[in-house]
Amino acid sequence: MSPPPPETAALQDLSTPIPLPEAAGATVALVGPPNCGKSTLFNRLTGLRQKTANFPGVTVERHHGVVRLSSGRELELLDLPGTYSLTPRSEDERITDDLLRGKMPEVCVPDAVLLVLDSTNLGRNLVMAAPMLALEKPILIVLNMADELRRRGGEVDPEALSERLGAPVVLVSAAKGEGLEGIHEFLESTFKSPAPVELPVLQSPPSCRQWAGQVAAESAYRAPVAPVWTQRLDGVFLHTWLGPLAFGAVVVAVFQTIFYAAIPFMDGVEWLVTGSGEWLQGAMPDSILKDLLIQGVWGGVGSVLVFLPQILLLFLFIGVLEDSGYLARAALIADRTMAKVGLQGKSFIPLLSAYACAVPAIMATRTIENKRDRLATILIAPFMTCAARLPVYTLVIAAFLPNRPVLGPFLGTRAAALLSLYVLGFLAALVTARVLKSTILKSDRTPFVLELPPYRWPTFESLVLRLLDRSKVFLRRAGTVIMSVAVGLWILASLPVVDGVAPAIEESLAGTLGRTIEPVIEPLGFDWKIGVGLVTSLAAREVIVGTLGTLHGIEGDESSLGLQEALRQDLTVGGAVALLVFFAFAMQCMSTVAMVRRETGGWKVPILQFTYMGLLAYAGAYLANRLVTFFI
Amino acid sequence: MEGETGVLESLDLPEDVALRLMELGFLPGAVIEAGKTAPGGDPRVFRVDGSEIALRRETAINLLLKSSR
Repeated sequence: MSPPPPETAALQDLSTPIPLPEAAGATVALVGPPNCGKSTLFNRLTGLRQKTANFPGVTVERHHGVVRLSSGRELELLDLPGTYSLTPRSEDERITDDLLRGKMPEVCVPDAVLLVLDSTNLGRNLVMAAPMLALEKPILIVLNMADELRRRGGEVDPEALSERLGAPVVLVSAAKGEGLEGIHEFLESTFKSPAPVELPVLQSPPSCRQWAGQVAAESAYRAPVAPVWTQRLDGVFLHTWLGPLAFGAVVVAVFQTIFYAAIPFMDGVEWLVTGSGEWLQGAMPDSILKDLLIQGVWGGVGSVLVFLPQILLLFLFIGVLEDSGYLARAALIADRTMAKVGLQGKSFIPLLSAYACAVPAIMATRTIENKRDRLATILIAPFMTCAARLPVYTLVIAAFLPNRPVLGPFLGTRAAALLSLYVLGFLAALVTARVLKSTILKSDRTPFVLELPPYRWPTFESLVLRLLDRSKVFLRRAGTVIMSVAVGLWILASLPVVDGVAPAIEESLAGTLGRTIEPVIEPLGFDWKIGVGLVTSLAAREVIVGTLGTLHGIEGDESSLGLQEALRQDLTVGGAVALLVFFAFAMQCMSTVAMVRRETGGWKVPILQFTYMGLLAYAGAYLANRLVTFFI
Repeated sequence: MEGETGVLESLDLPEDVALRLMELGFLPGAVIEAGKTAPGGDPRVFRVDGSEIALRRETAINLLLKSSR
């Protein structure tokens, strides 16, 4: 890597002010097309010193981190969304363009750019270099995937390319950690703008591509041979019937993992939370503060923490699928089915994960580049029957439905009822998707374009960093909201204090609230006790089980016979069916609301979604109560 | 069908869509090879300019080819 000759650098000095990298907070942007290994490089350079946030006002995620150089200096590295060009058409491209041109006042203008390109397809990737060089910003061109280029018999002369582009070029393998010293050298240097070189007409893709081809040829670029293993694996994964079979196996594996493999870990977390709560119970003197801490904070945080193993396992799965390249194949296979409701293949995995919990599912919609499809997926994900609905379903079904065989020993009435609730949620999602996609979220003309990257081994490091990042996001955002709601509900349940004694729950503010909403929920067949349960279950659906137990003075979970008996006194059969329908539709989950707010960058979407699902739940429950009461 | 190749003549698509595909290598004069499909025959993978890109039939149908064989 040779620095540009001093004359040209001096020439550039006049046109572009050169920022002093020594100044605190020098920012370097990481730019490149999708699938060029940009995130891997970002992880390599920043390690654990990274943070995730959204760009101001939009749903696009912003990763930024600190690079510590050997001289002890620190730089801010900003990972921009993957884009094929700088023509601001999509949201991602607009952000990249605005940011690089300093049109985004909330984020500081990068002092230099690292342009990451996939060296195994340099002809096409170099197209991106033209608009970047035209910015006249200090730039380092990073040719990534050097190991793969070598292995597949390709080569390139970085020196010649550097001369041709007027900017330094390094050949690296971010996955293997090769050649990173060249990047550090650039980051340590005084940033210099590139020497002026002949550029193509930026508005014309054929002209840009021709230029890129010429530059590649003049840099002794020999394209590598086609990846043999990718072709062999696609022979299986995209085979007429082996493909769907493998796809089915992956789906079952994801399901098994989140439903069964996660259970021991979740039990472990629950044991830790309960254990530490009990210890605290014994260690602290009795006071209001103690009750708040144990019932409010501990209970609230515990109910969130329990989902962490499930979320981590799910993201481990998605990480392996995405990094290996299989996720793109799965999206291809699922596309036709998803297209029937107006969605696309990339919505499949997030919706599948929503069967465990809508929170990670909404986080997983990040893989959908099309904003409208992503929003539609976020809006329907909470209809999928998540794990938190199960205790409620189990309790109500067990209380009202005797178990008789329907299909011999394989399917009893209770299992059939449970299954039909899964179907009900799924249908609500389909209908909602169909309506949304044919009205407000009608696809713009952006066609479905899916690039299939070659299969690659996922790296351990990238998986671990991804999991750490996801758990931080989950705990911080969902954790704070659910904790404040839990504390709020605890206050509602413990006030007013009379003679220094907390009230019985029917006398408390929560009880009063339940009575106040009784006239509204009466047409659904619910009494005030169910009303209190609906209020407390706003924090998380399964909380209603505990609340009903408290109201009836029964210690027990969803399998408690006493609670089932008590429920039969509270509800008619119509009311019971209405309650099930209500829980199938309503967005009774503050963590999901919090996550939607975070992912969509505002309150508009979560409020709309909460209202829509609430109205649907009310109407559905009303109809169910009427119909059942009429026929029985 | 799978394995068939053709030279792209023009893209009969709205300008923004055509430009997006051109950025991915679907340029007039580029050699396109049809690859595998999802079950049911749609979408299909196309090999173009060193990468593999899947398009739905509704899009691919507007890529006009001159047959190379």
